Amino acid sequence: MKTLHRVLIAAAGVAVIGSVAAWAAGGGKKPAEYEFSFEGPFGTFDRAQLQRGFTVYENVCVACHSLEHLDFRHLGMEGGPFDEQGMTVAGMEELYSPDPNQNEVIRQIASRSMVEDGPDEYGDMFMREGRPSDDFQSPWENEAQGRAANGGAYPPDLSVITKARYGGPEYIRSLLMGYDYEAPEDLDIRPGNYYNPYMSGEVIAMPPVLYPDGVVYEDDTEATVEQMATDVAAFLHWASEPHLEARKRMGIAVMLYLLLLCGLLYAAYRTLWRNVKH
Amino acid sequence: MSGPSTYDPKTGIERWLDSRLPIIRLGYDSFVDFPTPKNLNYWYTFGGILTVCLMVQILTGIVLAMHYVPHVDYAFASIERIDRDVNFGWLLRNIHAVGASMFFLAVYLHIFRGLYYGSYKAPREVLWILGVVIYLLMMAAAFLGYVLPWGQMSFWGATVITELFGAIPLVGGPITEWLWGGFAVGNTTLNRFFSLHYLIPFLIAGVVGLHVWALHVPGNNNPTGISVKTSNDTLPFHPYYTVKDGFAIAVFLVIFAAFVFYAPDVLGHADNYIEADPLVTPALIVPEWYLLPFYAILRAVPDKLGGVILMFGAIGVLFVLPWLDTSKVRSMRYRPMGKWFFLGFVVACLGLGWAGAELPDNPVPILGAVGIDFLFLGRVLTIYYFAYFLVILPVLGFVEKPKERPASIDAAVTGGKSVAPAAAPAE
Repeated sequence: MKTLHRVLIAAAGVAVIGSVAAWAAGGGKKPAEYEFSFEGPFGTFDRAQLQRGFTVYENVCVACHSLEHLDFRHLGMEGGPFDEQGMTVAGMEELYSPDPNQNEVIRQIASRSMVEDGPDEYGDMFMREGRPSDDFQSPWENEAQGRAANGGAYPPDLSVITKARYGGPEYIRSLLMGYDYEAPEDLDIRPGNYYNPYMSGEVIAMPPVLYPDGVVYEDDTEATVEQMATDVAAFLHWASEPHLEARKRMGIAVMLYLLLLCGLLYAAYRTLWRNVKH
Repeated sequence: MSGPSTYDPKTGIERWLDSRLPIIRLGYDSFVDFPTPKNLNYWYTFGGILTVCLMVQILTGIVLAMHYVPHVDYAFASIERIDRDVNFGWLLRNIHAVGASMFFLAVYLHIFRGLYYGSYKAPREVLWILGVVIYLLMMAAAFLGYVLPWGQMSFWGATVITELFGAIPLVGGPITEWLWGGFAVGNTTLNRFFSLHYLIPFLIAGVVGLHVWALHVPGNNNPTGISVKTSNDTLPFHPYYTVKDGFAIAVFLVIFAAFVFYAPDVLGHADNYIEADPLVTPALIVPEWYLLPFYAILRAVPDKLGGVILMFGAIGVLFVLPWLDTSKVRSMRYRPMGKWFFLGFVVACLGLGWAGAELPDNPVPILGAVGIDFLFLGRVLTIYYFAYFLVILPVLGFVEKPKERPASIDAAVTGGKSVAPAAAPAE
C-alpha cells in the first residue's frame, strides 16, 4: 500500500507541476478568487445565473464576439440554461420541451437572429428568422471585417474561451472588472487600447463594456458590473463545457464503482496470498 | 513458453484444436501456468496496467476517428462537435486525452522499475530493447495525436518538431518538406499525421506481443535480481498475479477516472483550445508534460543540430544500456552506490521536465539568487542524464562492492532460513 500511496503522490505532483508551469506561461495578474456554483466534485450550474449570463451575452458581447461552435438548441439541452430545471427556475415550465428544437423560449431566442438560407428555387440566397437548429450567428462576415471594425484586433470566438485561458471563468470575470486600475507610467498605451492588468501583456483592445444597469435582468437582479461579469463568466463556462454536470454526476458513480472494485480485488488478493510467503 | 508445457486438453474440441493450432496452449502457458517469481512487488504491475492503457487508447481512438475530420478547416470544429453533440463524445475524448498522460505515467514508472532492478541485463536485453522501441513509438503516436485537434499548440508543436529535421546537413530541408507534404505544416501534414496516428498503435500492439514473448522466454526479473532456481521461487501467474495485477489496475483506474471526471484539462495546455493560426505564434511553445525532459535536453545545446542529436541520443543510449552497465548484480537493492546514482537519475529526469516547462531565461526558484536559470539547470541535468549511462554505470561495475545477496528468491522472502515446501496451492 505504501507503493500505491507513492504513485498517488506522483500523479498529483505531475498535475501540480503542469498547472504551475502553465500559469507562469500565461502572463498577466492572477484572477481574483471567486467561488462559482459549478466548482468542486459536486458543483452544478446555477440556472438563473446562466440565464442572466446569457442575457449579458445577447445584449453586450454579441456585438463583437461570435459563439460559433454553439447552436441555439444547445441552450435547451440537459445541463444548459433553459433545460427542464432552467425553465422551472424561470417560471416557464409550460413552455418546456425535452426536444430543445421545440422549446418555445429557445425558438424565441433563435427568431431574434436573421439567418442566411438558400438557395431557393430561383437560385437566390435569402434571409429568414433563426430556428433552434441554427448556429449562433457571428457578428462578422469574416475575420477581416471583424479586425477592420476593431482597430486591427479580432474579438476572439467565445465558444471555448474559459478552457482556452488559464484561470477560466475567474479570468473572464476579473478581466471584465479589470478596467479600474491605474496604468503604470512606463506602459505605452496607444489610442484604442486600454489598460487591464489581467490581460496577458496588460494592454487590451476591448473597451470596458459593462456599466451599471447595462442590461435589464428578467429576474430583477440588480445589474452591477460585478454581477454581470460573474454571470457572463458562468454562462461562458457552460458554453465551454456544456456537459459539465453530466461529467461530474457520472464521475461519482464511476469512482464509487472503482473504489468498491478495489476493495473486492484487494480482499481477493489477500485471501489468495494468505499462505504464500512473499 | 519457458519450460515444458503443462497444458492438458480436457475436451475433444480442445484436443482437436491443439493438434492443429495450439493457441489455447499458448495462452495457458503464457498467462495461466506461467511460473512467476513469488516476490514481485507493485512496481511489477505496470506491465498489466500498460496493456490496459493501450487497449483503452485504441478503443476510444477508433470511435473518435469515426467523428473526427482531418482537415485544417474542420478539425477544430469536429473536436468541438465531439465534445458537444456526439453521444458521450466528451467522455471518449477526455478518456483518450487523459489516457495519453496516464499511458506515459505508467510507462515511466515501468521504465524506472526496469532500471532499478536491472531488468535490462542478460538474458533480457532483447526484452529491454523491444520496450525502448515501444516507448519510441508511443512518443511518435502521442506527438501525432496532439496535432490532430488543430489548436495552437498542435500547429506550433508540429512546426517546431518537424523543423528539427531541418537541422540535418544537406538533406534536412528536403526531408522537412517531405514530412510536411508542402512548404509548411498544412492540410497535407494533418492528413498524413492522422493516418500515421491511426497506424502506430497497431504497431505498438505488435511490438508488445514481441515484448511479452521476449519476457516469457527468460521469465520475469524480480526485486532481488536473482534468477529463478527452483519451483519454490515461483507461483503460477494465474491466479496469483492476475489478482494482484487486477487490484493494481483498479487502483490505477481510480487515478485515471479522477482526472477524466474532475480535471480533464489540467494535464493539457489552454492554448490548444485556440484554433491553429499560422500567423500568431504562442508566447511559449511547450510539448505535453511527458515530453518535457527531452525538450529541455534539446534546448540545453546552443547548436540546433547538436541539440537534435543529443535529444535523440537520450533515447538512443537506452538501446545500448544492457552493454553499458558492467555490474554483474542486477538489482540496485544490493548496489550501495548504484542506488544513490539511480535516485539522482530520477531527480535529474524530473528536473529536466521542470526545466522544459519554463522559459530558459527564467531564474530557478531559490537558486535564481545565485544566477542559476533554467537553461543552466537543464544543462547540468543533461550532463548527469548522459553521465549516468555513459560514465557512472560502466565505471560502477568495477569500483562498487555489492552487498551480500540471498541464495535464492525463496531464501530472500523467508529470511534465508530454509527451503519452504512447495508454494501453497490456491484454495
